[in-house]
Amino acid sequence: MAHEKNHDYHILNPSIWPLVGSGGAFAMLFGAVLWMHGSGPYLFLVGLAAVLYTMFAWWSEVVAESSAGDHTPVVRIGLRYGFIMFIMSEVMFFAAWFWSFFKHAMYPMGPMSPAVDGVWPPAGIETFDPWHLPLINTLILLCSGCAATWAHHALVHENNREDMKKGLILAIALGALFTAFQIYEYSHAAFGFSGNIYGANFFMATGFHGFHVLIGTIFLFVCLMRVYRGHFTPEKHVGFEAAAWYWHFVDVVWLFLFFAVYIWGG
Amino acid sequence: MADAAIHGHEHEDNRGFFTRWFMSTNHKDIGILYLWVAGVVGFISVSFTVYMRLELMHPGVQYMCLEGARFIANAAEPCTPNGHLWNVMITYHGVLMMFFVVIPALFGGFGNYFMPLQIGAPDMAFPRMNNLSFWMFVAGVSLGVASLLTPGGNGQLGSGVGWVLYPPLSTSEGGMSMDLAIFAVHLSGASSILGAINMITTFLNMRAPGMTLHKVPLFAWSIFVTAWLILLALPVLAGAITMLLTDRNFGTTFFQPEGGGDPILYQHILWFFGHPEVYIIIVPGFGIISHVIATFSRKPIFGYLPMVYAMVAIGALGFVVWAHHMYTVGMSLTQQSYFMLATMVIAVPTGVKIFSWIATMWGGSIEFKTPMLWAFGFLFLFTVGGVTGIVLSQAGVDRAYHDTYYVVAHFHYVMSLGAVFAIFAGIYFYLPKMSGRMYPEWAGKVHFVAMFIGANLTFFPQHFLGRQGMPRRYIDYPEAFATWNLVSSIGAFLSFASFLFFIGILVYTLLRGAKVIGNNPWNEYADTLEWTLPCPPPEHTFEQLPKQSDWDKVHAH
Repeated sequence: MAHEKNHDYHILNPSIWPLVGSGGAFAMLFGAVLWMHGSGPYLFLVGLAAVLYTMFAWWSEVVAESSAGDHTPVVRIGLRYGFIMFIMSEVMFFAAWFWSFFKHAMYPMGPMSPAVDGVWPPAGIETFDPWHLPLINTLILLCSGCAATWAHHALVHENNREDMKKGLILAIALGALFTAFQIYEYSHAAFGFSGNIYGANFFMATGFHGFHVLIGTIFLFVCLMRVYRGHFTPEKHVGFEAAAWYWHFVDVVWLFLFFAVYIWGG
Repeated sequence: MADAAIHGHEHEDNRGFFTRWFMSTNHKDIGILYLWVAGVVGFISVSFTVYMRLELMHPGVQYMCLEGARFIANAAEPCTPNGHLWNVMITYHGVLMMFFVVIPALFGGFGNYFMPLQIGAPDMAFPRMNNLSFWMFVAGVSLGVASLLTPGGNGQLGSGVGWVLYPPLSTSEGGMSMDLAIFAVHLSGASSILGAINMITTFLNMRAPGMTLHKVPLFAWSIFVTAWLILLALPVLAGAITMLLTDRNFGTTFFQPEGGGDPILYQHILWFFGHPEVYIIIVPGFGIISHVIATFSRKPIFGYLPMVYAMVAIGALGFVVWAHHMYTVGMSLTQQSYFMLATMVIAVPTGVKIFSWIATMWGGSIEFKTPMLWAFGFLFLFTVGGVTGIVLSQAGVDRAYHDTYYVVAHFHYVMSLGAVFAIFAGIYFYLPKMSGRMYPEWAGKVHFVAMFIGANLTFFPQHFLGRQGMPRRYIDYPEAFATWNLVSSIGAFLSFASFLFFIGILVYTLLRGAKVIGNNPWNEYADTLEWTLPCPPPEHTFEQLPKQSDWDKVHAH
């Protein structure tokens, strides 16, 4: 009895993916530096491929382990804790962009700074009207969040997989629509990312958020594929729960962006 | 209660070398990997300081010449001072020590190895992600070293901007070196964040049955507090350096006044991370020191709960005092007053810890074993550094001391001496547990005495230099500062010699050290769960979870 485990925790077999993923991350970042200094994107792309493949292979293994019954209730609690803390660290990442935005919006630099503040938005910057596309995008993203919650309820309360699929498809479609509108908005911006502080703050904050929308959409899409393969039960669906949390987190960040950057700061 | 049914037989370890060390999902192996890599990087980083102290030994520039770096002074040859090389040395010493030595050693190394053991967990919550943390740390080190060796500012190799990477220096430094350094910090941050998620989840979810939060050993608590600091502070730094990166490469103007940006903003965001960072460095040391002092005083730790909440308070306060690093940037008097007050408040929980350690020793039968000597050293040096910290916390006084050697002396007393002495206390305390072999006691004591004298000789005179007005980060100085600089350099050489001696001790212990008989080479006051396991512990520990009677001792707290 001493040789077998007598607890519900998950003891993993050795895995090559951390090494491959870290090697990929090194190549990707070193390659990015080479690219920024004019040597072409090749090493970056190789590293990116290694990182993406690692993610795919690693999470496939996690799904397989889940199917094999390794994810006992206590392990599932741990996975949830872990994901909540991942989101908390993301919140703090956004704190940096909001810090920069609020600093520049409340104490804009001018020729007499810091004795006399400048103006915000900076002179000559034409900002977006928040009550057009940004408002529509807000509603789209909120509806998408509702659809994700619909899918969640369909699974947990009714175990209705058809409704779950519909909810997920709707959430993904609205998420993709949001991204498309955001690209449209970017392409009509009257200011650029470089050379002015308004554009730097605007594109960094909304761009980083847009990147998260993309990740969240992919995450929901993976969940949809898993639903089609018969994964998730009303009791056991950590992967879907994490995707839903992530999607709501992206929603909330957008609300802050909408009210702070578009309405108040525009 | 170390019977085999509970803790598993030492069964045949049939993992291959590559599988064991490159594909590991075992918290003890990953902890050892962290300690080795941190040790190697630490050696590189310490070598830089020895070279810097060599240059500062006498006025005038004798070694860091544009004609080529020298190790032997040669008055016959001309020597044009190479300020860039000097700046590169201070930058990489700081970056390596901050991100790639102390956190990986204390949090990654000891945290990984002993936090799960102390709470009776069979492994970490996410063992595979644990290895990702380690290898991303290695990838970060590699990018850091690459940054040192690629074209940077002034047409030379490396970046000479200081570890804080302040703009506009960091945004105008040429070459790809600076970008590589930024990405090195990104990777190190990601590695630490994943590690923090792992530690917090393990701590919350995998404690032994009956081990409520107020019964968790202090080292495990210290890792838990540290993990929260990492989780909440590191992402903010990632944001700041990402903005540096886009300022450098994509024409943004976050920190460029000519485009409406503000370089002071960077300082705020950096120090919002940077001040929690210094507690990330020292808090795990608090945990180790508590166990060492309790063990060798043959008394349970005095004031267990206040010790826990002092760490929590230090961690929380660490987030609201950042601007005391930047009193001289032109903040309003109100802001300065707030940051001054908040900073001084930290002395209260820190005082609780110092006095509780002293009270633990009070009336104990103290054994002067090597780990205890390091703990003594820690107490003395950390207190000196803490007291000079109170001096510096005063915005008015800081006007005179800012960016002088007084500051250098202060933060080396708390970090170089405080954290590093805690690391050595941990190494001597846990080496028998990790390796199954005992170090020679006399050699450990010699190492301690040499390092204690060396470190004090190095840094104590720097208080005097700072008070005399010698600014930090300069390659040269006027004749008036010669005496104490000479003393300081001699101290640095002595410390380095003690480091080399330590490497000898380590090699000897691992190859020839006396085998440890039994589970606990110290005494019954080393009563946490790691001491119920064989030395070294088997591959898998606590396959049968420990019973409350294994760890809940009446005298425990």
